[in-house]
Amino acid sequence: MTTDETLAGSACGTAETEACDLECRGVTKRFGDFVAVDDVSFTVPRGSFFSILGPSGCGKTTLLRMIAGFLQPDAGDILIKGRSVLDEPPNRRPVNMVFQHLALFPMMDVAGNIGYGLRRRGVPAMEIARKVEDALERVGLPGYGPKRISQLSGGQKQRVAIARAMVLEPDVLLLDEPLGALDLKLREHMKVELKKLQNRFGTTFVYITHDQGEALVMSDQVAVMNRGRFEQVGPPSALYYRPLTPFVAGFVGDTNRWRGRVLAADATGVKVSTDTGLTLLAVPAAGQSPSTGDDVDIFVRPEAIALSRDEAGLGNLENRMEGEVVSLLFNGANSRVLVRERDSGGEVDIALPQAGEMHELKPGAHVHFGWRADQALCFPASGGDGA
Amino acid sequence: MSARTKLSLILLFAPFALWLGVLIIIPHIDMFLVSIREKIGIGQYRIGPANYMAFFTEPLYWNTFMRTALMSIAATLLTFLIGFPVAFYIAKVARGRLKTALFLMVLLPFWVSELVRTFGWMILLRETGVISHVLQWLGLVHRPVELLYNDGAIMVGLVYTSMLFMVVPLVTTLDSLDDELIEAGYDLGGNGWSVLREIVIPHAMPGIVSGSIVVFMLSLGNYLTPVLMGGKNSLWFTEQIYQQFIVRFNWEQGAAFGFLLLFLSSLIVWLGLKITGQTLRETMG
Repeated sequence: MTTDETLAGSACGTAETEACDLECRGVTKRFGDFVAVDDVSFTVPRGSFFSILGPSGCGKTTLLRMIAGFLQPDAGDILIKGRSVLDEPPNRRPVNMVFQHLALFPMMDVAGNIGYGLRRRGVPAMEIARKVEDALERVGLPGYGPKRISQLSGGQKQRVAIARAMVLEPDVLLLDEPLGALDLKLREHMKVELKKLQNRFGTTFVYITHDQGEALVMSDQVAVMNRGRFEQVGPPSALYYRPLTPFVAGFVGDTNRWRGRVLAADATGVKVSTDTGLTLLAVPAAGQSPSTGDDVDIFVRPEAIALSRDEAGLGNLENRMEGEVVSLLFNGANSRVLVRERDSGGEVDIALPQAGEMHELKPGAHVHFGWRADQALCFPASGGDGA
Repeated sequence: MSARTKLSLILLFAPFALWLGVLIIIPHIDMFLVSIREKIGIGQYRIGPANYMAFFTEPLYWNTFMRTALMSIAATLLTFLIGFPVAFYIAKVARGRLKTALFLMVLLPFWVSELVRTFGWMILLRETGVISHVLQWLGLVHRPVELLYNDGAIMVGLVYTSMLFMVVPLVTTLDSLDDELIEAGYDLGGNGWSVLREIVIPHAMPGIVSGSIVVFMLSLGNYLTPVLMGGKNSLWFTEQIYQQFIVRFNWEQGAAFGFLLLFLSSLIVWLGLKITGQTLRETMG
């Protein structure tokens, strides 16, 4: 993705309409009194991998089904390549969908499945056969045409489902959590595979998932959705390092969280007294300016916390504490230590350094830990909707 | 296998074997023996195929059978054409209580006997019946019309009698069709007709085949409906069998006709399966 396209991502609806494949303007959908999708607007630049990430029930499937044409929005407009598609039924829209359970037709063989859409368009049989074989080759399954669907493994079915949609050369490919049904190992593999396929085809992908791992690994842009609204749209790193809302901070990646009240605040930092009796230094999150007396939440990533055997090892970190190791959660490179803080008794989740003195850490050991003030983000206290 | 399990298996099978043997196999063997008996004088018989030959040499019998078979095929087709949309609506469109209610409505008429149902139709269709009166009252006709005792009436009766046996297997197979498949059919550019032809019907094929076999066999072997609604001249093959047994007291001929009906109807079902490329095993599995 070039820099120009990155910029187009934000200015798509105006001058750069040409460069964006999909645009939603104020899309709203209600089911009775329940607002499933609430005034959602976004643009997806051409050729990018756009994910919508949210917990189940956040409205992401409803949004996707509106783009596919299975549901009609109550308000707003959906544009594909700058043209409104609201009046077009699903079979006319230049979008295709990879369904959650793939929805391969068991009554046809692999070639029949992939050729289905082409037959509907009245493409000559010779050309269908050629395109089907071509599509099978691109997804890495050459010669699989005559196989029955029931003969395929989970990952192969996945690729056939993608080939079936991609052979129609849609402007936008919609993917409805297609990796959800796979086992963990295969899912990890298909994440990479899917991203490669997207690169190879150069098609715009809109991918919905509740798994932040999938969204962060594959996407150019991720929209975090909650209660029918987009909380934040941005590249994965921005969501991770610069969350704009407490929901995003809590939902994307693991995090430690403290609730407290602001003791003092200026433009560079905030001093907060937590409910558990700690005094922490933090920085306001982007767009926030807490003032003295406000209730706030502090978020700190486990990997932002330094761990040391002695206090000197922490150097001049603004936040310093000590405590006792409760347990070690070994998970290879993602291993964690749970430490009970001495004064407050609260447990803190800390990433375990892979090298050095922490190698032989045991439960019960006494450790010092701390983090820089700018690693601690301060948000106004939210209700219960943080993750 | 231990002696105990062997005994329990035998005990488990005993009622079924008894039922099969006493009520089906033994009577059929006896019927067959009767059917190949030729009467050559008072109390004198010899073994020969004359009773079977009569079916092929006497055009009335042959024509009656053909007529019965063709009308049964037509009744099967008609039942399918009416039953499929009904089954589709129950399985895929209706939800919750409506679904149960509709299914019950299909089932409900079958709680009364076939005789009563057929009389119900006769009350509607006869010359002094409900429809005739309504037509007169509307001024569409000026004297009573007889709607009974024709092929149309037989067809109405057969379709009505068989509807349940078509709708139930269809609902069952359509129920198991994932909605996502239908959506995928549309999403990839299909319209209603192509989705129906390429996805819904192939999926429902086992239900269609088993429903059609049952309806065809029920129509072919139906006696009550053709006789009551078609009248004395309905020329239904079962009626011929009845005539031979009861009216003409020619058990030999009746038995031969019974076997011919069994054989020919099996042949038609087999041909039907061959032509549509289905196998019985797929349908039952």
